[in-house]
Amino acid sequence: MAVLVLADADLGRLTPATARIVAGAAELGPVDLLVDAAAAEEARSLAGVHRVLAAALPATADALAQLLAVLAEPYTHIVAAANASGRDVIPRLAALLDIQPVTDITAILGPTRFERPIYAGNATETVSDGQAKHVLSLRASAFAATVGENSAVVSNISPEVASATEVIAEVRTQSERPELSTAQIVVSGGIPLGDRFALVEDLAGKLGAAVGATRALVDAGHAPNDLQVGQTGKIVAPDLYVGLGISGALQHLAGIQGAKAIFAINTDAEAPLMKIADVALVADLFEAVPAVIAELDRLGIKR
Amino acid sequence: MKILVAVKRVIDHAIRIRVKPDGTGVETANLRMSMNPFDRHAVEAAVRLAEAGQADEIVAVSIGPKAATDVLLTALAMGAHRGLLLETDAKLETLAVAKLLRHVADEEKPDLILLGKQAVDDDSNHVGQMLAGLLGWPQATFASAIELADGQATVTREVDFGRQTLRMSLPAIVTADLRLNEPRNVGLPMVMKAKSKPLATRAVAGLGIDITPRLVVETVTPPRERAQGRVVATPAEFAQAIAAEIGKMEPR
Repeated sequence: MAVLVLADADLGRLTPATARIVAGAAELGPVDLLVDAAAAEEARSLAGVHRVLAAALPATADALAQLLAVLAEPYTHIVAAANASGRDVIPRLAALLDIQPVTDITAILGPTRFERPIYAGNATETVSDGQAKHVLSLRASAFAATVGENSAVVSNISPEVASATEVIAEVRTQSERPELSTAQIVVSGGIPLGDRFALVEDLAGKLGAAVGATRALVDAGHAPNDLQVGQTGKIVAPDLYVGLGISGALQHLAGIQGAKAIFAINTDAEAPLMKIADVALVADLFEAVPAVIAELDRLGIKR
Repeated sequence: MKILVAVKRVIDHAIRIRVKPDGTGVETANLRMSMNPFDRHAVEAAVRLAEAGQADEIVAVSIGPKAATDVLLTALAMGAHRGLLLETDAKLETLAVAKLLRHVADEEKPDLILLGKQAVDDDSNHVGQMLAGLLGWPQATFASAIELADGQATVTREVDFGRQTLRMSLPAIVTADLRLNEPRNVGLPMVMKAKSKPLATRAVAGLGIDITPRLVVETVTPPRERAQGRVVATPAEFAQAIAAEIGKMEPR
């Protein structure tokens, strides 16, 4: 068994997803981590990494898939994060290798047995993969990073791959909050917030939480689309999920299945999210949230 | 300029699915089926390009049982010009679907192939990328805007950090995200009228393409049930419950 993991990095820094998928992949065998050269030093200190392969990684999926296909030969498993970049490249790589990929894995049951959600998390399938190679993506939120020191060997490689695609613009959503898909606490808002989304940010700020929104609030233009939590947006798995004014549409609930505790505030006690919440408060958001923040202050809660 | 758009027949997304008690899959009998929602955005994008004079033929293709003709009729009613059903009752994996679509692309020679970013049944999010890999074409997944000019596609994508815009030469593959457009609704009369458009059916079995599954699905299980928790009366109690929850957390 030998595993090649594609690191998830942005602007030369590893994202928190990388440590989590490395920990997951390490269950399969020794991990070689392919990383953009800018993040190589950071990568070698990650627990569970056997060797770092540092390269000037191409920015687009066609060239990246080609590169992974060239490197694939000695590996039994090739693994990436099940986020936008991993989902872009892994199926393309699999097709180049004539392999059926297994993606969005939430549990590794053995070297060739995996669990993955289907129907937006309303069912889970267990698959066994008898192919010569296993091309996989892991949901970072389903795996915990390994804590520990490391100083793995770094090998520099100079791949020669070409892309037929040019990146002509990138727009970054600015946020000082933790990343949604790996955050320990998430505070999300629904349509009743309207243009007062700042209320969600206030509570999130107090709790050191990531900020999320429902598809309805995003579609109404009150929150940026990369904050959308749900089947068609980000999948979250925090220890605590706080939903403010969220009714709990099927596709939203699908995105929060992995939350350990769900808290909700809504005027409608019968809303689906209120029915499954561990702690529910029937109240008007605009009165309740400032009062919650005041009580957190009184209790000295600050994260 | 010819556009191929691939559509899948799935359990209607508004229906809450049920896992079969024997763990072999989900109940599909007698449920309302419809076009995969993301594929509707792909069809809409194709039709708008045709309406803007940027495409002159839209071919809709689906792979599945005879009943999948329904979703092709929906695509034709939305504005596609002709339909093609690759008929099979076999359960297909995404690699097999991509290989079948490559066969169609080789025959039809489209300039652009549009697909939904994922199907809401198996949630794979594979086929567009796999087809692009098999054809060696550039790809733009999770598209929220598409512009065509001078033999090139400029596509804005929804990515982890925000939005990214790519430019690529045609032929290319684009997969549709929800914000690409607002798909038009087609009423039953329009679907009936679409029956006069050409719709060909070919048997998958006759194409000589290996569609043998590579994976074994051992079991399908329902998610764990969440029991209803407690209702608190005041914001202060809610805040105290948050504090208690934070007290239980382990460092990540």
